[in-house]
Amino acid sequence: MANTAEKPRSFQEIILRLQSYWAAKGCAIMQPYDMEVGAGTFHPATTLRSLGSRPWAAAYVQPSRRPTDGRYGENPNRLQHYYQYQVLIKPSPPDLQDLYLGSLAAIGIDMAMHDIRFVEDDWESPTLGAWGLGWEVWCDGMEVSQFTYFQQVGGHDCHPVSGELTYGLERLAMYVLGVDHVMDMPYNDPDAPIPLSYGDVFRQTEQEYSRWNFDVANTEMLLKHFEDAEAECQAILSQEAEDPKTGKRIVMAHPAYDQCIKASHLFNLLDARGVISVTERQAYIGRVRTLAKQCADAFVATEAGGWTAQQVAS
Amino acid sequence: MPDLLIELFSEEIPARMQARAAMDLKARVTDGLVEAGLTYSGAAAFHTPRRLCLALEGLLAESPTLREERKGPRTDAPEKAIEGFLRGAGVAREDLSVRDDKKGQVYFALIEKPGRPAAEIVAEVLESVIRNFPWPKSMRWGENSLKWVRPLHSILCILTSESGTDVVPVDIDGLKAGATTAGHRFMSPAQFSVTDFEDYAAKLKRAHVVLDAEERADHIWQEATNQAFASGLEVVEDRGLLAEVAGLVEWPVVLMGEIGKDFLGLPAEVLQTSMKEHQKFFSVRNPKSGGIERFVTVANRETADDGATILAGNQKVLAARLSDAKFFWENDLRIARAGMSDWTDALANVTFHNKLGSQTDRINRIATLARAIAPAVGADADLAEQAARVAKADLSSEMVYEFPELQGLMGRYYAEAAGLPAEVAAAAEEHYSPLGPSDDVPSAPVSVAVALADKIDTLTGFWAIDEKPTGSKDPFALRRAALGVIRLVLANGLRVSLNADGGPFAVARDAVAERDGARADADDLLSFLHDRLKVHLRDEGLRHDVIDACLAMPGNDDLVLLTNRAEALGAFLKTEDGGNLVQGFKRANNILSQAEEKDGVSYEFGADRKFAEDPSETALFDALQTARPEIDAAMAKDDFARAMFAMAGLRAPIDAFFEAVQVNSDNSIVRRNRLNLLSSIRSTCLAVADLTRVEG
Repeated sequence: MANTAEKPRSFQEIILRLQSYWAAKGCAIMQPYDMEVGAGTFHPATTLRSLGSRPWAAAYVQPSRRPTDGRYGENPNRLQHYYQYQVLIKPSPPDLQDLYLGSLAAIGIDMAMHDIRFVEDDWESPTLGAWGLGWEVWCDGMEVSQFTYFQQVGGHDCHPVSGELTYGLERLAMYVLGVDHVMDMPYNDPDAPIPLSYGDVFRQTEQEYSRWNFDVANTEMLLKHFEDAEAECQAILSQEAEDPKTGKRIVMAHPAYDQCIKASHLFNLLDARGVISVTERQAYIGRVRTLAKQCADAFVATEAGGWTAQQVAS
Repeated sequence: MPDLLIELFSEEIPARMQARAAMDLKARVTDGLVEAGLTYSGAAAFHTPRRLCLALEGLLAESPTLREERKGPRTDAPEKAIEGFLRGAGVAREDLSVRDDKKGQVYFALIEKPGRPAAEIVAEVLESVIRNFPWPKSMRWGENSLKWVRPLHSILCILTSESGTDVVPVDIDGLKAGATTAGHRFMSPAQFSVTDFEDYAAKLKRAHVVLDAEERADHIWQEATNQAFASGLEVVEDRGLLAEVAGLVEWPVVLMGEIGKDFLGLPAEVLQTSMKEHQKFFSVRNPKSGGIERFVTVANRETADDGATILAGNQKVLAARLSDAKFFWENDLRIARAGMSDWTDALANVTFHNKLGSQTDRINRIATLARAIAPAVGADADLAEQAARVAKADLSSEMVYEFPELQGLMGRYYAEAAGLPAEVAAAAEEHYSPLGPSDDVPSAPVSVAVALADKIDTLTGFWAIDEKPTGSKDPFALRRAALGVIRLVLANGLRVSLNADGGPFAVARDAVAERDGARADADDLLSFLHDRLKVHLRDEGLRHDVIDACLAMPGNDDLVLLTNRAEALGAFLKTEDGGNLVQGFKRANNILSQAEEKDGVSYEFGADRKFAEDPSETALFDALQTARPEIDAAMAKDDFARAMFAMAGLRAPIDAFFEAVQVNSDNSIVRRNRLNLLSSIRSTCLAVADLTRVEG
């Protein structure tokens, strides 16, 4: 366990401390999902696992992409690729606020010296057909996390309710480490033989992706990919539950959901390229939401989603 | 008599919901108790971010016993009927009494409902209040099915009397009421038990919780103004923000911080908006220069370093916010000084509405219309057009993209930076007004011209593409635009015939039609405006039938004329003569209409004084002869008050006439003459307002 009395010295140390903290609190430490997503919520460990009655506790880092936020690495706190730390516990434990505050202490925020506030902020994801109530958490006037009690996901009421915590890692780390520009933040230990800053790791990629996102990405191809992903998602879900080869019941909720994630990210890319008009925007969001809802329907018909053989009998 | 104390302790309640929730708790609990027979002598409700609290004084220890006498069947009624009565009343036969009634010997039952102890009633009422609480938004948590605004952690519910403190046995899905609560989340998190409200409030204060929101707000305001005063500064008053901030803290600690020299050159409104919207900071102003120089933030705790760390953090966050704002401001000023053409060009690519074209299309229409309206509002046509062309330029600026609420205001700054005339800069800011029913109405002629043009274009445009408001749906805020037109016209006394040939509606309609040929139904638009005017005048105290009577008159697209007429008529009807004249008019009108229907002719001409038989008839002829030219002269000058005064002179002769004379005389010549006389009354009165529409 990291020594929490001492302030962390690098971006990665903050991540490691969060991992140890939530592992100690009993969460399964998952790895990032291997697809492009806009936020940690899209990871199936959150979206799908918040559905159904089975208990769940997971924590993970998720690289998140927001093509429209690209600033060629020049803005002190805007990035098209950044990291979120995500915790999801179902059912939400009664002491979730205290657990959360414990995690801030673990990364070196001294509660006796800082002003922590829970400020109303309701969460809604039109693409996931999801919403919840909660707060943004402020530390000395800065938003350091989102705290949400999921009420509905993929059009399904959440029973039991999951508690979700999302930390914007760069912003939080900049605050804890006292850094003004994200690119100046120490990525590994500043005293390491090869000290690396966040800029050493990511400045170039921010430039490359900003250019591609805004000016180069082939919109016709992206549009086609969007439609392919949409079609594949629906094709997967239209299959019979019983696999003809094995004779087993295999509902393919996750492969279908991958296509939904893909469509969502392709939409974000198209949006960044400025080829989606205001009216079309709503229509695209609606199409992704339809996929998300169908995937949610499929997931609750799987074992992890709480489905049991008796359900068929009854 | 016992006192009751209730505290509902939860995770952080949104600031904007707290005060209402405390009121609802008080109203619902007291209503429930009183309905069950438990009265009380005093009640007070409180709220903090984590608790709703209700304290009742002098509650009855139990509800009074209720006695009710119920009448039953006759003693000789069938056995089944008597048994049924006994069952329904819950009494035995020997408890019945027998009395004489009109119908004979009848059974009576005395039903006694014994009183119930307060604790039992409180428990029931509180459970029902919690389960049905009217939160604007509520949620479930964990495995619960109970809904609350955020997870509800504990319920304190105690009755205190001379004999001690008792916990009321409330149990909601396993959440049991007790006599304990907790203090401040960080400064005094320990649980403690309380015996009554006084003990509760005192212990809370020791545990760093100020229970009363007003006390928190007062403390914040006092501290903030003191600290500002000590530096020769003053806090910019903002009651909404004060209430919100008081709802974010249980233990307010006021800290004043520096804005940073780099940012002091930003417009005061930009500083204020950025600090308020993002950070919930108060602005601190230098009373001499009017400039915003510092901020006040309110923390929720004391610290060993007297808030130094907290303040430093807040300053840093603010600096990041303001460097964005400064970046926008400087970029924007560069474009403004170069004449704003980058922005006006960019608006060509911004869709206003897919059927109504780009913002540039819209601006061109507004410019044409502003020019057309200018003479009527006393504005220079060139300035009005110029103002219309730049009034929306700031929509392309970075500052307005970031802070949409600064639209218009930034327009003024940028128009000034571009060196445009003061009238044009003012119009950039003022042309959005009035936005609400209590918003100020611009009076500078150029601003008025652009404001009217903007709103009339919006209305005509959406009318042309048939996107009118329906029911509660008004996505383009057309009702607000219509009220804006009404208030601009009335407040400035503008005599404009909106729907005349070549008038504002026609110019706007033609400009919209140039695009895809869709033409607004201007008459329908006018009647929409009339509906809004009715609402507006009703709010000012005019009866709807009075307005209808005036709407039916010609020239109703001149809203000033229409309103003057309605106000004069409203005042007239409040006089004795006015009310009675309407009665006389209606009587005349009814008799006449019936006769016209029966005879199949209309009596319009030829009333002749020489056929008058009765002196009252002659007098009415004379009165009409005097009144008519006076009314006509007054009406020619739109002097409704004078016209109505002249009309009032008819009241006595009309009343006398109906008193003395039978209109439907057997003599057909006399009858015809009298009907023609009534017709003359009718036409005289109808020249002033359509009195047939006045009620009563």
